Amino acid sequence: MSAVQPAKPVSTKPLPAKRRMTRKQRRLALIAVAGAVLCFAAGLVLFAMRDSIVFFYGPTEIAQKGVAPGTRMRLGGLVEAGSVQRGADQRVSFGVTDGTSSVTVSYKGLLPDLFREGQGVVTEGVFEGGGRFRADSVLAKHDENYMPREVADALKKQGHWEPGGAYKPPAAKP
Amino acid sequence: MIVEIGHYALALALGVSVIQALVPFWGVVRQDRALASVGSSAALISFGLVALSFLALVVSYVRSDFSVANVVANSHSTQPLIYKFTSVWGNHEGSMLLWVLILTLFGALVALSRNSLPPRLRAGALAVQGLVAVAFLAFVLFTSNPFQRFSPAPAEGQDLNPILQDLGLAIHPPLLYIGYVGFSITYAFAVAALIDGRIDAMWARAVRPWTLLAWTFLTLGIAMGSYWAYYELGWGGWWFWDPVENASFMPWIAGTALIHSTVVMEKRDSLKVWTILLAILTFSLSLLGTFIVRSGVLTSVHSFASDPARGVFILLILIFFVGGSLALFAWRAPLLRQGGLFAPISRESALVVNNVFLATACATVFVGTLYPLVLELLTGAKISVGAPFYNATFVPVMVPLLLILPLGQSLAWKRGDLLGAAQRNAAAFGLALLAALALIAFTHGGPVLAPLGIGLGLFLVLSAIFDLGERIAGRASGWRAVLSRAKGLPRSAWGTALAHAGIGLSIIGIAAQAWSTEAIAVLKPGERLTSGRYTVVLESVTPRTGPNFRAEVARFQLFYGDRELEPVEGSKRIYTARGMPTTEAGIRTHGLSQAYVSLGEAQDGGVAVRLYDKPLILLIWIGSVVMAFGGGLSLTDRRFRLAAPRRAAPIAAQAQPAE
Repeated sequence: MSAVQPAKPVSTKPLPAKRRMTRKQRRLALIAVAGAVLCFAAGLVLFAMRDSIVFFYGPTEIAQKGVAPGTRMRLGGLVEAGSVQRGADQRVSFGVTDGTSSVTVSYKGLLPDLFREGQGVVTEGVFEGGGRFRADSVLAKHDENYMPREVADALKKQGHWEPGGAYKPPAAKP
Repeated sequence: MIVEIGHYALALALGVSVIQALVPFWGVVRQDRALASVGSSAALISFGLVALSFLALVVSYVRSDFSVANVVANSHSTQPLIYKFTSVWGNHEGSMLLWVLILTLFGALVALSRNSLPPRLRAGALAVQGLVAVAFLAFVLFTSNPFQRFSPAPAEGQDLNPILQDLGLAIHPPLLYIGYVGFSITYAFAVAALIDGRIDAMWARAVRPWTLLAWTFLTLGIAMGSYWAYYELGWGGWWFWDPVENASFMPWIAGTALIHSTVVMEKRDSLKVWTILLAILTFSLSLLGTFIVRSGVLTSVHSFASDPARGVFILLILIFFVGGSLALFAWRAPLLRQGGLFAPISRESALVVNNVFLATACATVFVGTLYPLVLELLTGAKISVGAPFYNATFVPVMVPLLLILPLGQSLAWKRGDLLGAAQRNAAAFGLALLAALALIAFTHGGPVLAPLGIGLGLFLVLSAIFDLGERIAGRASGWRAVLSRAKGLPRSAWGTALAHAGIGLSIIGIAAQAWSTEAIAVLKPGERLTSGRYTVVLESVTPRTGPNFRAEVARFQLFYGDRELEPVEGSKRIYTARGMPTTEAGIRTHGLSQAYVSLGEAQDGGVAVRLYDKPLILLIWIGSVVMAFGGGLSLTDRRFRLAAPRRAAPIAAQAQPAE
């Protein structure tokens, strides 16, 4: 019934009896192989969890939790109005605030299209202590309505959240 | 009026789907053929009604009928016609309607398919398909109705999100959904077989074309989405390991495993229980993906409507279909009889290993996608899991699988010869290793893993070619014999080789990105910027007006070393309706590599420019298209063609006694 011919014909000689496995042994072998692969993967996952996961904090949380300088993390909040300063060589710094505390972010590179003062932003990089943060990426969002959920939560926590009305696009008016 | 017709048709489709879900079941229970066959007509009617409803929405969009809330929110009278049309699925409500349309389309295709399905299986599958349709039609009607009126009707709409106004995105959702939703058929067949309590090679033969079809489209859909993100988002990335991307990637991995396990089941009547479970899991992952994308529970760079009511509704659907089918599986699977035996070294075992690795790889993606959610629920801590996690988990699981893939491909069914298989692949392995070593020596001091990755990709491509070559030319003499053997080789063999070579090509493209370079500078006209092998010189920045946007277009001369290539244009657009800026990257394809120019904001009399050299990047998507082409080719294999049942019948009868 098979349309695909194996490249080499199957030998018709029976295997020596010693090497033939019973159904049970086969099943055990299969479970052993699957178990080994799963353990390998579980090990990898646990190992990766330790090193390659970054936590998200808002500016206030950084202060409260006493995040150690040098920690790699994501920082989210609103771009503080009037805080964006451009330097030479694509350097830019801006404040990220949740209404209570604020952190100064420095970044080198092009900012995403939807980066604006007063808008939500998520950056990833290293906290340098003393309210300074060195970002190596500023995340682009697909939609100007979009408020990163972490930012929305952080704002809610700080009581700066206007339900529904918050951050409507200015261009929604006809 | 048209809107109301569409709305009504949708409600009617819900009613018909209820009939489709219930009556065939009853017919099967009562052994009543007439009742059991109601499912087919119901599936066809249901598809017709949803199509009518979809058409009504399309008409509303094309006519810019701003009395419909959905059109107001996502369209604008100045949009080009093509984007008015594609706005239909550029939003939550419309895309869910597309989801349902494709779901019912698959139901109708099953009803029409003339292959020799046992009537009980067909009736059962259509009933399950009907049940899924009921759930999603209710979801659309009650939480995401695209036909809601908006009063008073405004004179103008709010425009489609500008980054969605793009041809790539116009075709990405339909392709992706055909893949995603296509797995509902395999799910329906699996559940029907569990209810029936019988399953054999016939089942696998009936299911395999559907799996292949869905997989092929999902491959294309994911590749299209990745290419769209690459050229439209302007940061040169092509895969982000974002939850929304993972949502489509998990069903793809599971679907890939399913394709391979159904082969074993079809040819050797083995692995039945596992295949059924995999069919259930694959569609469950599709549902999970829909939940992730549509509920907004996970933070993603893609943003979609998030509304708690919708999230809860989809979660209930998810729990019902996943939980229900798994419970059914636990109850009925022990009834399924085990089939053919095979030795530890055999094609079957190789495919089992393939399944173990793919399932594990899928599990790592699953953990990475959902762990942040679970952690936040338990501890309130917010984390993000990005590329480093997947590089440390997904990649190490996939590499051994890809390394042994060519071996498995050349093992015989039932009992294979490992040494022979290794010998057959020695040439391909040697050449690939040599190429990798040469590359390491040549790019001395550069990345080391990337040449090995390219070697792995090359190994896959070469072994697929050599395998085909040996089958065609191995024992034949003279080109006439070779040609006739090439013709005689089943299309599924060509398809397999192409799909495996396609993976190899994609891996070469991915590995080559280790050498991609990026440079940023503020340029004034006449100034130059070099990145990798490419140099751009800014010629001019000129304003331009499009139908619904204003643009600043920067024109660059492009040099490859000293040689001048065609000039390249990048632009910054402001879409007037939303006042939203977008970046249109300028991309020049040069062989398989690309020079990629993206603009930042204007400053100090110049414009910020980012230039990338992306070596061999096109291979990533060419590989995916080759994979999909392989899937399509297998689909046209003689065994699956509509006329096949006559020829297949005696074979099926042969397979039966194994039960």
